[in-house]
Amino acid sequence: MPDLHLTEDRATDAETAAIDAAIAAVGVDPAIVFEADRLVRGGVHRKHDRRHALLPALHALQNTSGWISPGGLNHIAEVLGVPPAEGYGVASFYELFRVDSAPDHDESVIHVCVDSPCLATAEAKIAALEAEGKHVHRSPCLGQCERGSTDAAVFIQGRNGPDSVPADQPDELWELPQRGEPQLKLLRNIGRIDPTSIEAYIGAGGFTALAAAFEMGADKVISEVTESGLMGRGGAAFPTGVKWRGVAEAEGPQKYVVANADESEPGTFKDRTIMENDPFSLIEAMTIAGFATGATKGFIYIRGEYPLATTRLQIAIDASRDAGFLGSGIARSSVDFDIEIRRGAGAYICGEETALFASLEGFRGEPRQKPPFPTTNGLFDAPTAINNPETLLNVLPIMLEGGAAYGGLGTERSSGHKLFCLSGAVARPGTYEVEFGPTLREIIDLAGGATGEIAAVLMGGAAGSFVGPDALDMPLTMEAVREAGTTLGSGVVMVFDTDTDFDAVCIRLAEFFRNESCGQCVPCRVGAVRQHELLVRAADAAPKMVLNGEVQLLAEMDLAMKDASICGLGHTASTAVRSAIDLGLIGSPS
Amino acid sequence: MTGLDNGARMYAVDPRRTSSSKFADLWLGLELGSDVALANTVGNHIISKGLQNDAFIEHSAQGYAEYVEAVSEYTLERGEALTGVPAAAIAEMAEAYATAEKAQILWTLGITEHHNAVDNVLALCNLALLTGHIGRWGSGLVPLRGQNNVQGGGDMGALPNKLPGFQNVTDPEHRAKFEAVYGVDIPAEDGIHLTLMFEAMERGEINAAYVIGENPADSEADINHARKLLSGLDLLVVQDIFLTRTAELADVVLPASVGWAECEGTVTSSERRVQRVRAAVPPPGEARHDQDIIGELARRMGYDWGHPTSEDLWEELRSLSPLHGGMTYERLESEGGLQWPCPTLDHPGSPFLHGWLWEEDLGGRAPAPFSVVGHQGPKEELTEQFPIRLTTGRSLDMYNTGVQSGGFDSPIRYGEALDINPADAAGLDLVDGEVVLVSSPRGSVEMAVRFQPDIPVGLTFTTFHFPELVDINQLTNDAWDKRSGTAEFKAASIRIDKLAPSTDPDTSELIHA
Amino acid sequence: MTAVPVTLTETTVTISVDGQNVTVPDGASVLDACTAAGVDTPTICYAENLTPVNACRVCVVEMEGSRTLVPSCSRAAEDGMTVQTDTERVRHSRKMVLEFLGSGTDLSQAPDILGWMADYGADPDRYGADRETMDEEVKVQDNLYIRDYDKCVLCYKCVEACGDDAQHTFAIAMSGRGFGNRISTEFDITLPDSACVYCGNCVAVCPTNALQFKTEFDLRQAGNWREEDQDVTRTVCSYCGVGCNLELHTQDERIVKVTSPNDHSVTSGHLCIKGRFGWQYVHGGADD
Repeated sequence: MPDLHLTEDRATDAETAAIDAAIAAVGVDPAIVFEADRLVRGGVHRKHDRRHALLPALHALQNTSGWISPGGLNHIAEVLGVPPAEGYGVASFYELFRVDSAPDHDESVIHVCVDSPCLATAEAKIAALEAEGKHVHRSPCLGQCERGSTDAAVFIQGRNGPDSVPADQPDELWELPQRGEPQLKLLRNIGRIDPTSIEAYIGAGGFTALAAAFEMGADKVISEVTESGLMGRGGAAFPTGVKWRGVAEAEGPQKYVVANADESEPGTFKDRTIMENDPFSLIEAMTIAGFATGATKGFIYIRGEYPLATTRLQIAIDASRDAGFLGSGIARSSVDFDIEIRRGAGAYICGEETALFASLEGFRGEPRQKPPFPTTNGLFDAPTAINNPETLLNVLPIMLEGGAAYGGLGTERSSGHKLFCLSGAVARPGTYEVEFGPTLREIIDLAGGATGEIAAVLMGGAAGSFVGPDALDMPLTMEAVREAGTTLGSGVVMVFDTDTDFDAVCIRLAEFFRNESCGQCVPCRVGAVRQHELLVRAADAAPKMVLNGEVQLLAEMDLAMKDASICGLGHTASTAVRSAIDLGLIGSPS
Repeated sequence: MTGLDNGARMYAVDPRRTSSSKFADLWLGLELGSDVALANTVGNHIISKGLQNDAFIEHSAQGYAEYVEAVSEYTLERGEALTGVPAAAIAEMAEAYATAEKAQILWTLGITEHHNAVDNVLALCNLALLTGHIGRWGSGLVPLRGQNNVQGGGDMGALPNKLPGFQNVTDPEHRAKFEAVYGVDIPAEDGIHLTLMFEAMERGEINAAYVIGENPADSEADINHARKLLSGLDLLVVQDIFLTRTAELADVVLPASVGWAECEGTVTSSERRVQRVRAAVPPPGEARHDQDIIGELARRMGYDWGHPTSEDLWEELRSLSPLHGGMTYERLESEGGLQWPCPTLDHPGSPFLHGWLWEEDLGGRAPAPFSVVGHQGPKEELTEQFPIRLTTGRSLDMYNTGVQSGGFDSPIRYGEALDINPADAAGLDLVDGEVVLVSSPRGSVEMAVRFQPDIPVGLTFTTFHFPELVDINQLTNDAWDKRSGTAEFKAASIRIDKLAPSTDPDTSELIHA
Repeated sequence: MTAVPVTLTETTVTISVDGQNVTVPDGASVLDACTAAGVDTPTICYAENLTPVNACRVCVVEMEGSRTLVPSCSRAAEDGMTVQTDTERVRHSRKMVLEFLGSGTDLSQAPDILGWMADYGADPDRYGADRETMDEEVKVQDNLYIRDYDKCVLCYKCVEACGDDAQHTFAIAMSGRGFGNRISTEFDITLPDSACVYCGNCVAVCPTNALQFKTEFDLRQAGNWREEDQDVTRTVCSYCGVGCNLELHTQDERIVKVTSPNDHSVTSGHLCIKGRFGWQYVHGGADD
């Protein structure tokens, strides 16, 4: 009995069962309830309240049928009260949902990463898979860059079964390059304890930071975090203490903590390392954030291409709840806090915090104009503390050692420890932890040094910029990189040697932004396309790309995208390409 | 809808689960014609919970004790039995209404097209008095008008007992004021309304009618009867923009022009807002403005009124109707219309009425009366011969008998069919789209059935937009409320008979207008 | 026992626009303040009867203390703000936005935008002849209105008018991503198959004629759409009792389309199918 205008397509029994289960799993009952022959409960409020279940329902449908079938979408529309046009608009936004009626829905989809450093090996791999008759999808960065340095990363979107990453080895402890080194604070547990065992976590000192936080009280937790000088590690480097204070002081009956685990910046895989191998630390840190800010509900928004991390986190959440570390009256206190995982569905933009909120709420991942800021108007328009997993992990040593002590690590303006994602032309790609201070060269050496002659290093990912070999002695602190005109971003250090085809690298960077722009605002939607077209045209015109007058046009586009786009994606869409031009990596007649 | 998005709650009370009901927090599908029972149950529950507004009742209302006594028999259990709506839902709605900071009751013809229409309205007024949801910004009683100028028509004296501005025909002072300006004597007795006119035709007391812009030969209940009476008149004059079915019966047809696109003047919407209509195109052919036609008729009857403009006529009205005294054409233009009462040029108009109930001093006015009304149910009871309820209504893209709205190519027009619950249809061995014979004690029509799960069991529904396809008013009941003059279009008893043994339905001719 | 007062006390804020202090009611936007200061600001995705989505970015201004330019339509004016509307940065971004739009969309029936493009010196042709454009066929699926998405600038106005800003029908939504964004029904089914109730509110808010009344479309096809010869007469709808205001656009003594004034309090420019399209009987019906 649909309340919406639906086409006559009907869901299969399997689709109905999968969708209903997914919706029930996030605690949602149907929007329309036929209570009696002459009594129906429904209305716009119930529909609004259930919209957040849309992505889980679409995931279930995609997994069951291999696409967002019209009948399945109609069923989702009916149970959630989401108009089908809106549901289609949402589904068609995300990379992992197919809305085409192609004949190959019965297969799993093999996503092969085509971003650097996988770019170098991707096309050969895709050709081989396609020769086998597989359904291959060219994917943006899959967050496995430590693997991609030699072999393009793969993620398999399952059909009637779980998604998987073939390279994952869930039965083995992670071979972290720095495994077990005593100075580690953020990666200390990784590769050392069973990530699925709460006993192991507790045995390694787990939940003592939470106990310390309860001991000091919410206000002091925030003061300590503030005193530590901790700044966000996702790229924007906003002081965490200020953010938490803002949420704690904001008015609102319900507040949220959100872990932004939509790690999609090309070259970034540190959060995956954490979540796969030390999920309890993230749970503990989020609980402290909830306690400090007065939030009783936490969400982990994790990118859809991280199946192992998702599984491990869910195990950790369930175990923590069973052990009384989540739920009401945590650890025999009066504090209530619980955590739910929500999977992204393939959209770089959803790493932008307001786009993430939109996505979690069941909408297209379109960023929202700020102000207002998340501290007052975040998830579901409520005060929200949104942090990157790495940022949150820093809170544990701050609780145990004190803000002043932790703040004393590193430099004055870059305190504490930092993770770097080393990939590309280095001997041992991987996630590395350092106390703020080492130079770019020292960090590359930590990863076994470059495997060839360094032509350039991409700092901070696609949204960052290239630096040349002359920058190797730059300390990787917030202040030093800023002075050098580049960024730490999410900690990406991607090394390119002199064999690199920078034309191809930069064209792919431009294509990445073209594909990943949400399309909401004009400067980014059109600018990213024109930038890509311009590079392709120049590359097609000569064996090696030559840019003359185009450099001026690129600069004009860049300025408009930086000045007039809604969010950081548009602001940074030209940065890497322009830095490559400035360094002479592309465009100059040589 | 913006209100709902902002958090307002809506309870929909309707025998059918209409599209509006689908936006409601709760749909209460009461039995056809049990409106008074539901309202009284709500009232009784509010009182039993002590949620009534005692201070308001004390100060601004009268007859409360009698009301309490009268509704006391409408317990939740009895309410459920009479209305078919679960008691808990009635209680929920009653409490929500009583405790809301602001609340409105909105209704339309489902309340008023009944033989006990006035009782229905009074029962709702009681609830507003009980809770004080009246006379304040955001609270009140809101009858929604079905036609663009039905309010204006009444305001202008198109009622048998009223002069313009709701001044009484029987009041000598009021009459004298009009007589002075009109220069004629005005009969001192109330006239008769439409339904009585038909009765008077039947008795032979009326033998001529002048019908302006109305299509009673399609729109009246028990239409066969109405057509017979119209045909039997000595003289029928129809002034219209269409050659309607009524016009086809006429001795004289006076082609008129389209009021809102070919004429100057005013109309008054549901919210008592008087607004200007303007001529955008000339009338076609020999069509003329209503006021010219009437003026010409008057001239031939010996009264030369000259050629007043619509503004001249409006100025006369302003001088006679205090409600409209402050509404010049200039103000209507610059202020986007004005809501009456607007007695003076500096009066801003009145977005809501009855604000005086909240004043410390009621200004000598009598407190508002509670009315004791009881459940009656539809006039026509279900019988073995006619065991199914029929109610009629409208669809979004159509308007009344379709003479105007039939003129454009609507992609959402699905023609006429009898909506029926699939369970009822199964009991009658019908298939979706099957053409059946639908009969009431007054007549029979052939029409297709359309399975509609949103219709409760025992009820059927159809529009009356396509009289040329399905002459549904052959079935409707002309039992009418003596106080309002409105017939019970909303409740008839019917039976459905198969025309032939079940075959493949081919209804394209019937359901595609 | 007191009645709730109808009027609210109005507070104001004062902001500086191009060096001139203007005072506007609390809650007004920077755009309102610019207008109050007599500054003409180009807007495409903004409409007074819709919630600002700040997607087109053509109304951006420079604001003291803000790293990037600020969309004036959706930024609330606050006491002490200082705004510049005609700096080189502002002119540059506006020019680029207009140029970008012109480079992908057919703006031939958007005279306002063409005017601003000339004012700001936008030159869409410098992005090459082989550039990607909207490249869409006209959708003619009924006799009430057509959709020509080659002209669509993806401003969201129609989506808002169909959805929570007016009609609450949600027959259309933004679909796809990036440059592939399109306004669409689910799976691009035809409008008559969709939830569309033909209120035409989407057509009314479209800034580029991508949505067009069929009457206008047919007259344009016949080369007989003459806006300069048209009159607009304001009147009131003849159907139900709401009292919606209509603007009758007439050419050669015939109604050619119907709109409703945005600034009228009854329905703020929105109509239903009857008011928008139900006028054809005036000229003898659809088949006349």
